[in-house]
Amino acid sequence: MADTAALDAAPIAAALPTTRDDKALHRLIFVGIAVLLIAAPLVLYPVYLMKVLCFALFALAFNLLLGYGGLLSFGHAAYFGMASYLCAYTAKSLGFTPELAILSGTVTAALLGLVFGALAIRRQGIYFSMITLALAQMVFFFSLQAKFTGGEDGIQAVPRGALFGMFSLADDRAMYAVVAVVFMAGMLLIYRIIHSPFGQVLKAIRDNEPRAISLGYRANQYKLAVFVLSATLAGLAGSTKAIVFQLASLTDVHWSMSGEVVLMTLVGGMGTVFGPIVGALVIVTMETYLAQFGAWVTIIQGCVFVLCVLLFREGIVGLIAKLIRRPL
Amino acid sequence: MTTIFGVPTQALFGQLLLGLINGSFYAILSLGLAIIFGLLNIINFAHGALYMMGAFVAWMLLTYFGLGYWWALGLAPLVVGAFGIVLERVLIARLYKLDHLYGLLLTFGLALIIQGLFRNQYGVSGLPYAIPAELSGGQRLPFMFLPNYRAWVVVASLTVCIATWLVIEKTKLGAYLRAATENPTLVQAFGVNVPLFLTLTYGFGVALAGFAGVLAAPIYSVNPNMGADIIIVVFAVVVIGGMGSIIGSVITGFALGLVEGLTKVFYPEASATVIFVIMVLVLLVKPAGLFGRTA
Amino acid sequence: MGTAAAQTNVKIGILGDRSGAYSDISGEGSVVAAKLAVEDFKPEQHGLKVEIVSADHQNKPDVGAAIARQWYDRDAVDMITDGVTSSVALAISQVTKEKNKVFVDTGAGTADLTGPQCTPNTIHWVYDTVALANGTGGAMVKRGGNTWFFLTADYVFGQTLQRDTSAVIAKNGGKVVGSVKTPFPTSDFSSFLLQAQGSGAKVIGLANAGTDTINSIKQAGEFGITEGGQALAGLLVFSSDVHSLGTKVAQGLVLTEPFYWDLNDQTRAFSDRFAKQMKGGSKPTANHAGVYSDVLHYLKAVAELKSTADGAATVAKMKAMPTDDPLFGKGVIRADGRKIHDMYLFEVKKPAESKGEWDLYKKLETIPGDQVFRPLNEGNCPLVKG
Repeated sequence: MADTAALDAAPIAAALPTTRDDKALHRLIFVGIAVLLIAAPLVLYPVYLMKVLCFALFALAFNLLLGYGGLLSFGHAAYFGMASYLCAYTAKSLGFTPELAILSGTVTAALLGLVFGALAIRRQGIYFSMITLALAQMVFFFSLQAKFTGGEDGIQAVPRGALFGMFSLADDRAMYAVVAVVFMAGMLLIYRIIHSPFGQVLKAIRDNEPRAISLGYRANQYKLAVFVLSATLAGLAGSTKAIVFQLASLTDVHWSMSGEVVLMTLVGGMGTVFGPIVGALVIVTMETYLAQFGAWVTIIQGCVFVLCVLLFREGIVGLIAKLIRRPL
Repeated sequence: MTTIFGVPTQALFGQLLLGLINGSFYAILSLGLAIIFGLLNIINFAHGALYMMGAFVAWMLLTYFGLGYWWALGLAPLVVGAFGIVLERVLIARLYKLDHLYGLLLTFGLALIIQGLFRNQYGVSGLPYAIPAELSGGQRLPFMFLPNYRAWVVVASLTVCIATWLVIEKTKLGAYLRAATENPTLVQAFGVNVPLFLTLTYGFGVALAGFAGVLAAPIYSVNPNMGADIIIVVFAVVVIGGMGSIIGSVITGFALGLVEGLTKVFYPEASATVIFVIMVLVLLVKPAGLFGRTA
Repeated sequence: MGTAAAQTNVKIGILGDRSGAYSDISGEGSVVAAKLAVEDFKPEQHGLKVEIVSADHQNKPDVGAAIARQWYDRDAVDMITDGVTSSVALAISQVTKEKNKVFVDTGAGTADLTGPQCTPNTIHWVYDTVALANGTGGAMVKRGGNTWFFLTADYVFGQTLQRDTSAVIAKNGGKVVGSVKTPFPTSDFSSFLLQAQGSGAKVIGLANAGTDTINSIKQAGEFGITEGGQALAGLLVFSSDVHSLGTKVAQGLVLTEPFYWDLNDQTRAFSDRFAKQMKGGSKPTANHAGVYSDVLHYLKAVAELKSTADGAATVAKMKAMPTDDPLFGKGVIRADGRKIHDMYLFEVKKPAESKGEWDLYKKLETIPGDQVFRPLNEGNCPLVKG
């Protein structure tokens, strides 16, 4: 079974190349998003918005690895969750201010990404995914037993704290401002990475690795770099989430969280720039409004998975991109 | 009383035997998964849910139709297999030309749906299913009390695994199957109905899962989540054994059951993770798995 | 809105597990129990108008905290009950304190809710791990089960249960001869049961819950543990778990619960009304009974205060009024938020003794409330002075 050959022939998420006009369109969309971010809390519930933004960043980070690196990771919850734990722990037990706590969490995710990435990228395709899943399971069991994570109670009552020691984040609106800034920064950073020379080489490696290597590029180094970047940004999302909700729990490292981020990316559009944001919006909204229906939530999520894979592989944004014939 | 590393030999042999019994479940489940992946290139995430369905069908046969364990052993795999065939025809067949990660995503979604529906209907505490009278009780061995039912599980699963291996490797039907997956166009040109083969293969693979479910019903709690707990471990087994290799997954299933059993004696806290650690090591050293064919 | 001035609007939220491991002790049953309580209280006669909403926290603390926050901020919910999962209950408790509302947890086990994490807005109903340890542990030792072997689920809950029960065993003159940690969750306990059998302990303590407990009991039967003379003590078992096991498998199991549907005429009457509204005619578990009981008491307090605005004041009122309801009898709520009532040691009947699908328990003894719960001054709750 030549799995790698199959993968090269039809990479799971191939993004379209971008021209200068497209960049102008994207800039417009960024401005639009910024406007929405400012206006939304006046209309919608800020805590719900913050949840969407944290997960959108998580999905964007995941998509960086998938859409541009061509690597489907089944263990991204490890970085999201571990960062969340470290951030919660430093904020609660070590008294860090929120920006330092978030930084600690993010750095943890980066280091974890470095170690796991170095192990995982040695293999490709389904084997890569399985390694990431196995490593994430080990992180889960570690979190279950370690004392500092609080086991299944998690780390509770994490203080919102005061940003830079000065601005209290206890008010949801102040917290929202911070989250919006973090999200914008993360999104723009990812965009910059994708459209840089580094990003170009990544795409070349994703599309035809042997050729890229023959041109002199050290493919493994690039893959490791994008893996670490993806893990770091996932960690940023996780740390921010820990401060917003003031808790870190086993849910964050469980494999179903890894599955959720895949779902968000799938629904939004794998390999598109804005797809994960839309996907996160859809999935979080669905969960929030369907919570009252209890058991039906997982069934509906399952149906969404099935329908997307069968009929709707480009996802929402991918579909729009196809219709307007511009990459999104 | 002699001890090895501080554990009495009696206890050790007892644990090894139990590990072998657990290994039987891993072997049958990974056999089904390996067949489906090896021959269809689909990573069947729904395997755990179908295993659960096998156990539930056994319970339903008993509760609604009064048909006992021995009926269930024959009928439940057929029911689950038939359901699998429907799934394959309606949904899965559409993905054959795509990257096989889509198959994983689709079957993952199917697993969520199946488990959710059963949870809605039957709750999560589990349903009672008793060991059949002919197999209850046990043997007082010198090193442990061996329940008859557990011995039966090993025998049944070995029989099924060996029989399946023989069919695939040694019969004409098996030869057609293997040829059809290596080069479907050519085989179809010879007049063999390839899509039918693929459908039947999927049906057979999940019927094996259903069979394992019936074996499990008397000893494990029959609840909708029973599949979710075991599926990831079975994936690890298949990856370690070699994702296309039938004999590989069977041997690995039993071997890993033994390893897990040993870990439970010496370092029980790690018994859940030891299989993943092994998986990572194997993937780094021999990525196609211990018995896999391509690198 | 003519009589609006005389009427207080009350909104109660049932936040439980409707789809996961605890959905049988929580789920739809908690909503039914709450509605029965409202029916029996007759709110119109007290100038109250009561509305009930419900949601599923899926055993995830962040989902639970988010729903609680939204209910308090946007949907004008005054009081949340059910809870069930310890990690979620702790999260809801924090949010409730922040928003000065009321949270009465029924099903969570963690005694921290009335210990270091107690708040003036939270009350802990039904049971906690210390009470279970005192109940099953203490009572079994007194009945002759003085050597113990633990099967402990390797996570905080299991370890806490083992620690609390071991303390009680030692206090009563018993001895813990061994223990083994089982990974959480596990479906196959055979190797651990083998070790327990080999230890020769008179009692095998199951420091686990949910599916782990069900699997360990089912498999203990396979290995002939009770025939071999060892007793099984379930440290956290609900009637729904025993129902799913059946008396053939669970017979002889000893456990502690504060409520059983067949205890007396009043519990039977409630249980019949409850069963009529449940799919499959299930009888109520202790958690469901707890929801009924706490909603009733909450409404009584609100009726006296004629307002729901101040959560801490409402809780203070609930603590000031002694409790009395048909399901738990007379009781009291302490300063740390712990509700005190009697608990009962039960043993699962043999199949020959059981006359119906839900005829599962026989009562061995009553354990008085003041003996079974952790003493007030041992909890490290900041609200308790001195």
